Amino acid sequence: MTAAVLAAVLGTALAGCSSTGGKRAEERAAREAAAGGRAAVNTPKWTFAMVTHSGDGDTFWDIVQSGAKQAAVKDNIKFLYAHNEEGKEQAQLVQSYLDQKVDGLIVTLAKPDAMKSVMKKAQKAGIPVITVNSGSEVSKAMGALTHIGQDETIAGEAVGDELNKRGRKKALCVIHEQGNVGLEQRCDGAAKTFDGKLEKIYVEGTNMPDVQSSVEAKLQSDKGIDTVLALGAPFADTAAKAAEQAGSDAEIDTFDLNAKVAAALQNGTLGFAVDQQPYLQGYEAVDLLWLNRYNADVLGGGRPVLTGPQIITKDDAAQLAAYTKRGTR
Amino acid sequence: MSAQAPPVQEELVGGPPVRGSLARRLVGRPELGAVVGAVAVFVFFSVVADAFLQWSSFSTVLYASSTIGIMAVPVALLMIGGEFDLSTGVLVTSSALISSMFSYQMTANVWVGVGVSLLATLAIGFFNGYLLVRTNLPSFIITLGTFLILQGCNLGFTKLISDTVSTKSISDMEGFPSAHKVFASHLTIGDVEIQITVVWWLALVALATWILLRTRAGNWIFAVGGAKEAARAVGVPVARTKIGLYLGVALAAWISGQHLLFNYDVVQSGEGVGNELLYIIAAVIGGCLLTGGYGSAVGAAVGAFIFGMTNKGIVYAQWGADWFKFFLGAMLLLATLLNWWVRKRAEESK
Repeated sequence: MTAAVLAAVLGTALAGCSSTGGKRAEERAAREAAAGGRAAVNTPKWTFAMVTHSGDGDTFWDIVQSGAKQAAVKDNIKFLYAHNEEGKEQAQLVQSYLDQKVDGLIVTLAKPDAMKSVMKKAQKAGIPVITVNSGSEVSKAMGALTHIGQDETIAGEAVGDELNKRGRKKALCVIHEQGNVGLEQRCDGAAKTFDGKLEKIYVEGTNMPDVQSSVEAKLQSDKGIDTVLALGAPFADTAAKAAEQAGSDAEIDTFDLNAKVAAALQNGTLGFAVDQQPYLQGYEAVDLLWLNRYNADVLGGGRPVLTGPQIITKDDAAQLAAYTKRGTR
Repeated sequence: MSAQAPPVQEELVGGPPVRGSLARRLVGRPELGAVVGAVAVFVFFSVVADAFLQWSSFSTVLYASSTIGIMAVPVALLMIGGEFDLSTGVLVTSSALISSMFSYQMTANVWVGVGVSLLATLAIGFFNGYLLVRTNLPSFIITLGTFLILQGCNLGFTKLISDTVSTKSISDMEGFPSAHKVFASHLTIGDVEIQITVVWWLALVALATWILLRTRAGNWIFAVGGAKEAARAVGVPVARTKIGLYLGVALAAWISGQHLLFNYDVVQSGEGVGNELLYIIAAVIGGCLLTGGYGSAVGAAVGAFIFGMTNKGIVYAQWGADWFKFFLGAMLLLATLLNWWVRKRAEESK
């Protein structure tokens, strides 16, 4: 019975092949651009661990990881990764890596208070720590070597400037996670430099139809809105859909990149994207830890090393499309 | 849960409505209070929000309601049958992920993926129901387990298969345009654009209402939810009914999942968590009892509509965004209180 069903399924699967898109197209592309991965150095095999505040299934942190892994291969590093969005759980994960006596740590300080005690323990144990992404303000005080990331307020300010340049009057900032400090900072930063008016709206990020209908409702109730600012790549496309449904010709702009955003920039659905280059955050963190172990190097001189904001428009998108597809931009 | 439920009063066991004068029949319907609540919410936002009374706004509200409503219908039936399902939110995402990844990995026509997803989703629903009737454990525990398993599988399999946490775009594959038409297009009626999910929603409500009120299976659902042991004693197939209810939930999850996939093209594996509560909320606002044995599909639909109107009405009214959840909670509580009050009056006058 089961076998029959399976056979039937496979049969229809083979009969119903798609000649466009799909995995085969991807494999063809991959064969053409195969890249090798071998260590470029002969330093001992150190172990570095990364612990972030990422939730499950977050595309952004996927790109950070792929940067870190690439650097780990090159630097002959064993790379470990764990994540939890709860501050105290994240601290426990760090503790477990401390117990394993790793040679270097990469952490995010989205919830700095929860991380205070493990940061102190790492310092005591002489394990070098680099902070990435969030926590630039507290990174140094808590004993980290360097912070690598984007200052969210500065990134927001860059958006405000760009909106002024584009002659925008009223923008809607779509916050997809209520209570996330970084997202608030982006909106506040934009509001600071933007000459027009900026309004916030909170939507349920785990529920795409809710994101769409809420933005739709907002655009219908306020016809003056000429710009929608999404704060994450997956929400840009949905915002565009909402604008179309609401019959609004507001420009959609977004933070962060993915393959769809690159394509949408190219065909003009999106105005611009603000990239903080997550690949760089992972890559640089591992590389700097290696440099520190190998050569006692420190970067930034106590100040955060910024990986963004980089404003990406139609002109740059063509070049980046291939990189977003392979998941490194 | 139903095992511990106290014996339900005679008139509370819904069943086919009592025949008699129209007023009497109306008073006996579980959705009466919800309809009054819906009218109140509608009038309220028509007054306080300028943009609420536009055709385009109406279409947005209907869309928001329908995405919850499609799931609220089978969830209501399940609750009438005395059980819960906590895995519904992520099951929708699983269903979308399965069709997307199967089509992509096999480079198959997307309809093949859609079919495979239907089988897989029904299998998960069957698993829930079968485990429940075999073990007699509370559905709360069993579906909580399924919820976590699915949440893990959604992420784990997606990562394993596509190497990222969201699926690849399948919009350039064969079959996508026709599937998009079925699951994610919109119809233009006069000046109004109606999303196809609204049609799916209304069709499900009609089907569920017919089953509940006009078929033997409907009687069984009320019976197993109201008094399981008594139902078993008079020969109601309790196990079959409960498994059927979980299959119904799976079917609706499949429809919602395909909408997600074909409307947004790419599915993120972390989506859907928390939505299971929205479906239950809609059913409860619509008059379903948390203890089972009482409720209606129309009520659940009205509940979803109340939720959709409130959720979007607050945006139309341009109230402070920081307080959104507060307003949402307060409005829903008020609507439900009104619902409760109307029903109590109705019962007294009977």
